[in-house]
Amino acid sequence: MARAVTPRRKLFNTLLAWTVGMVIFFPIFWIFVLSFKTEGDAISTPLEVLASAWTLESYAVVQDRSDYLKHFTNSVIIAVGSTLLGVLVAVPAAWSMAFVPSKRTRGILMWMLSTKMLPAVGVLYPIYLLFIEMGLLDSRTGLVVVLMLINLPIIVWMLYTYFREIPVEILEAARMDGASLRSELLYVLTPMAIPGIASTVLLNVILAWNEAFWTLNLTAAKAAPLTAFIASYSSPEGLFYAKLSAASVMAITPILIMGWFSQKQLVRGLTFGAVK
Amino acid sequence: MATQHSRSIARLMIAPATILLLGWMLVPLTMTLYFSFKKYLPLRGGDLGWVGFDNYVRFISSSSFWPAVATTLIIVGGVLFITVVIGILLALLLDQPLWGQGIVRILVIAPFFVMPTVSGLVWKNMFMDPVNGFFAHMWRAFGAEPIQWLSQASLPSLVMIVSWQWLPFATLILLTAIQSLDSEQLEAAEMDGAKPLRRFWYIVLPHLARAITVVVLIQTIFLLSIFAEIFVTTAGAFGTKTLTYLIFQRVLESQNVGLGSAGGVYAIILANIVAIFLMRVVGKNLDK
Repeated sequence: MARAVTPRRKLFNTLLAWTVGMVIFFPIFWIFVLSFKTEGDAISTPLEVLASAWTLESYAVVQDRSDYLKHFTNSVIIAVGSTLLGVLVAVPAAWSMAFVPSKRTRGILMWMLSTKMLPAVGVLYPIYLLFIEMGLLDSRTGLVVVLMLINLPIIVWMLYTYFREIPVEILEAARMDGASLRSELLYVLTPMAIPGIASTVLLNVILAWNEAFWTLNLTAAKAAPLTAFIASYSSPEGLFYAKLSAASVMAITPILIMGWFSQKQLVRGLTFGAVK
Repeated sequence: MATQHSRSIARLMIAPATILLLGWMLVPLTMTLYFSFKKYLPLRGGDLGWVGFDNYVRFISSSSFWPAVATTLIIVGGVLFITVVIGILLALLLDQPLWGQGIVRILVIAPFFVMPTVSGLVWKNMFMDPVNGFFAHMWRAFGAEPIQWLSQASLPSLVMIVSWQWLPFATLILLTAIQSLDSEQLEAAEMDGAKPLRRFWYIVLPHLARAITVVVLIQTIFLLSIFAEIFVTTAGAFGTKTLTYLIFQRVLESQNVGLGSAGGVYAIILANIVAIFLMRVVGKNLDK
């Protein structure tokens, strides 16, 4: 509903919006700054912090002391693994619901969504117990499976809304021409579905990367992804602002970049198509 | 249209997702229900037999139950209020013509992508620490005594941290909704002499009603179960124990599984009440 306004009004809007934007972004900006300072400088007053010398020291320390790379790898494996596994299960389901809808499709979709509403803490102990029984506690496999399951409803829903936008006429034309189900899938549907699948993967990697209930409760030292690794700074020893900043910067930067690409998908994915 | 053959294949393709989610829902849910009727202390004697509704009664009558309910309501209510009100204002602002709109939008949505443990710890230490935090430096610069944020104003502090995380979500959805508003309608109202406030109240706000409902419902579901933010900041101290956190402590920290499971059942019922409303809104859209 953007309309033409006077230049003065536009200037005012611009100044106001930039100010608000920078206030909201400030905490993230600030940890970027602190991560390039020494521990001593990081606790001084904001102006002194800005004036002090810049250094990469903290990044090296974080890697050396706590094997940062291991936790980063865990995060990548858990986020990407759970997402790809989820997409593998969800694509056939979403495809069939979008193109061969039955009386039950609506019910199934709503029921799948309802499983997403199940509060994690309500099933914490059973999952914890099952993990112990199956030897999955503090394992990446276990987390891949759990995060796949909690994000599966979102993946199915997102794919379903994308698939529904593919014109059915094209599929019917392919069927008329005698295309088998297999070639229909392979040559007609897949190329048209890829952008939607890519968006779904992007958003779900972000959600899985930042998941912090199951990752905190089901891992210890070995399989801990970055969420759990960062949490170990809640009982710090000595000065740690620069180290915490460096670890945080490395943990959030990849996702910030991916997130900026996924703005549109965010709305679609998290509102289940209720807001477009 | 679809043949009998392709229908049965279609059903087969839904099966894996359905079976997985059914298992994910039924198995732990059944176990939670089962434990909730038992006196079960894994570290102190294990399964001590059936106790009927004892756990349900004890969970509610324990001295930490009502404070936890109050804390949950304050956090959920506070965050909803702040994110929806500021979200609407911000969405209106970002919808105006301005230079560098794309960049401002990136700045505004960034907090949503910060993992909860990072935002909790960064706010707790770099901003709210009463000695070295950013706020403490600011307060001292103006000659004021720094505030002990997370101990003396624990709930407002948590509401602030969580609002910072969820403001981008509210803003983005409300902005999407505002952008779908027909500008001719507004122009017509303007021609008829309607003042900006009246235009907002009678045209923009009704148009946003649905998006606001969606934001409130979805955020409520997520806010009822916030965990990491409390875990890394106060660990439930200073009156920040929410229902979710209370159940977590009962189940994993004090390993009173029966009692915690009864609490879990309450949490599930509560979430379902919210979910029913959300599903109605989403379901309506599905019919279109």
